[in-house]
Amino acid sequence: MKKINYCLIEGKSVAFFAGIAVSVVLILLGLFAAYNMEHHGHIISGMDNQIVWGIPHVFAIFLILAASGVLNVASISSVFRKIFYSPLARLSALLAITLLVGGLIVLVLDLGRPDRLIVAMTSYNFKSIFAWNIILYNGFIVICLIYLWFMMERRMQKYYPTVGLIAFIWRLILTTGTGSIFGFLVAREAYHTALMPPLFIALSLSLGLAVFLIVLLLDCFETHCPLEEGILHRPKSLLGVFIAVVFYFVMVYHLAHLYFTGRHGVEYFILAGGGIHTILFWGGYIFLGTILPLLLLYHERFTKSHASIAAAALLTIFGGFALLYVIIIGGQAYPIEIFPGMEVISSGFFDMPVNGLAGHPYMPSIWEFMLGLSGIGITALLTLVAVKILPFMPCSLADVSLDPDLKD
Amino acid sequence: MNEENSSTQSRRAFLKNSAIVAGVTVAPGVLLYSVSQAKPSGDAVSSKVRWGMLIDTTKCTDDCNECVTACTNEHGLTEDVPANVKPQWIRKIGLRDKQTSKEYSLPMMCQHCENPPCVDVCPTGASFKRDDGIVLVDRHICIGCRYCMMACPYKARSFVHETLEHQKPHSPRGKGTVEGCTLCAYRIDNDQEPACVEACAKKGHQAMLFGDLNDANSEIAKKLKEVTSSALRPDLRLNPGVRYQGL
Repeated sequence: MKKINYCLIEGKSVAFFAGIAVSVVLILLGLFAAYNMEHHGHIISGMDNQIVWGIPHVFAIFLILAASGVLNVASISSVFRKIFYSPLARLSALLAITLLVGGLIVLVLDLGRPDRLIVAMTSYNFKSIFAWNIILYNGFIVICLIYLWFMMERRMQKYYPTVGLIAFIWRLILTTGTGSIFGFLVAREAYHTALMPPLFIALSLSLGLAVFLIVLLLDCFETHCPLEEGILHRPKSLLGVFIAVVFYFVMVYHLAHLYFTGRHGVEYFILAGGGIHTILFWGGYIFLGTILPLLLLYHERFTKSHASIAAAALLTIFGGFALLYVIIIGGQAYPIEIFPGMEVISSGFFDMPVNGLAGHPYMPSIWEFMLGLSGIGITALLTLVAVKILPFMPCSLADVSLDPDLKD
Repeated sequence: MNEENSSTQSRRAFLKNSAIVAGVTVAPGVLLYSVSQAKPSGDAVSSKVRWGMLIDTTKCTDDCNECVTACTNEHGLTEDVPANVKPQWIRKIGLRDKQTSKEYSLPMMCQHCENPPCVDVCPTGASFKRDDGIVLVDRHICIGCRYCMMACPYKARSFVHETLEHQKPHSPRGKGTVEGCTLCAYRIDNDQEPACVEACAKKGHQAMLFGDLNDANSEIAKKLKEVTSSALRPDLRLNPGVRYQGL
C-alpha cells in the first residue's frame, strides 16, 4: 500500500490570515454578547419565558450534531475498513473536536449563570439526560484526541481500529443523548417522540459530511492541493444518501403526528399556519436544504463541478439549520396544551395564541446571533491553528497520487 | 450540741441558697429550650406530610386577581419588565369548554407534582422536591440552563431575565436562575398558609383550600374525599399536589 504523506498548510496566504482575523472578530463579538447578557440579564435577548431556548441553542445544537457527524469519515475508514477514506481521517477527527468545542462554548455562554460551570461539572443528577450529555461530550473530546494520537503515532497504529470503533459507538450514544434532550420532554407535543434520537443521528451525518466537504474544498483551494473526482466522488454520493435519510425521518415524524388527532394542532402550526416556521420548513428545509442539493449532487449537468458540490454542501447546512430552527423554536412557539378540550380565553401568561398569531412570537436579538456565530469562529480558529501546526491534511488528493489500493 | 445545731442550720441554708442560685441559673435555659422545641424550625421536613391545595373553580371569579397580587407582594415580584419576561409564579386563566361553552376561571401555579419532570431533567439537581412534597429550585446550584422550563407541562416556571432590586429577605431570588411557586415554604414552616390562599380567603371567595393531603383528618383531605376533583394533565401521571374542583 502506498504511503500517504501528510503536510502542514503553509499558512502565509492572505486567505489564511483573513480566516484567522474573521474568526477572532467573531469570537470577540461573541464574548462581548455573553458579557452583556450576563451583565444586563437575558432581557436583552429575544428569548423569554415562553421561548426559553433561542438562536444560540440552534447554533450550538447544529455544531454539536455536525461534530458527531463529521467523525463519520474517519469511522468509515477505520470501522468499516473502507480505506479509501483513510487519507481524510485525521481532518475528520480534528473537526469533530473543534466543532464540539465551538458548540459547547455557545451553550455554556448562554447559561443564566455561566460562572457556575464548575457546578455543572461536579454536581450531577443522573436521571437527567443533560447531565449524561455533559459526560458524553467531554468523553467524546478525550476519545477523539486519543484517536488522533493513534492515527498520527506509528507505534500506536495497531490500536487505531479499536479506538475508531469506540469513537464510533460513543458518537452514536452521544447523538442519541442530544436527540433525547427533546425526545424526553413529555410536556411539548412537537418533541415528545422516540424518533428524535434517530432523526438527530441522521441529521448529524448529513451536516457533518457537508461541513467536512466544505472544509476539504476550502483547504485544498488554499493549499492548491489537487483534489479530483476520484476522492470527491464517494463522499459526494454519500451526502446525497444522508440528505435522503434525514428526509425519511422527517417524513415519518410528521406522518405519525398527522395520524394522532391530538397532534393535528401542532402539525397544522408547523406545516401550514406557523408563519416563519412554515416558511423555513418548506422553503428552507424541503426546497433549499433537500431538493436542491439532491439535484446538484445527482444531476449529470452539475455533479462533476466543485462549485456545485460546495453549493450542495452549503445548502445542506442551511437546510439543517432551518430544520433545527423549526424543531427547537417551533416546538416552543406552539402553546402547551394544559387543558385538553378547553379553549383558553384569557391568561396572564400567553397560554393562548398571541395577537392572532398561531404561535408565540420570537424575534432573536443581535446579541444572540453574535453568541451563536462565535461558536463557528471558535471552530474555525481552532481548525486553522491545528492544520498549521500539525500535519492533518494529505499533501495531495489528486487522482494520480491516490493509491490504487484505496479505490477498494 | 448548740454548735452542732448551728452547723446543721448553716449547711441547710447553704444548700437552700445553692438550690436557688442553681434554679435561677438553669431555669431560663430550660425555659428557652422548651420554647425552641415548640417551633422545630431546625428540624428536617417530614415525608409524613404532603402539602397540597384544592382549588374550587366554581368559587373563583374571572374579575378577581387577589391571589396573583398577594404573591407579587409577598415575594417582591415587582420588577417593571415586559410581560413575556415577567416572573410567573401564579397566573389567572380563563377557560371555555369547546363542546359546552361553559366558562371557568382558575389560578395556575406550580402543581408540586409527586413525580416532577423539572426535577428529572435538571442536570445539577438544583430542581428538587422536599420530603413534604414542595417542589423548589436551589438557587445556589441552578446554572440557568432552563431545561426545567422546557420540561414543565404547566409552564409554571420562569427565568430571572434582569437585575433584581427590592428583594424580600424571606424570599431570595437570583438573576440568571429559574424560579417558580414555592408554596410559600417559609410560611408553611411557620404554621401559616401560602399568601395566595390567605388573600383568597380574605377576599371572601374561599376558592383555595390548603393543607396536608396525608392527614385524613385535615380539612383538605376530608373535602377531597367528599367532592369530585381532578388533576391537570392526569394522563402524564405526575400526581400533582394541586387539585381542581368543578373543572
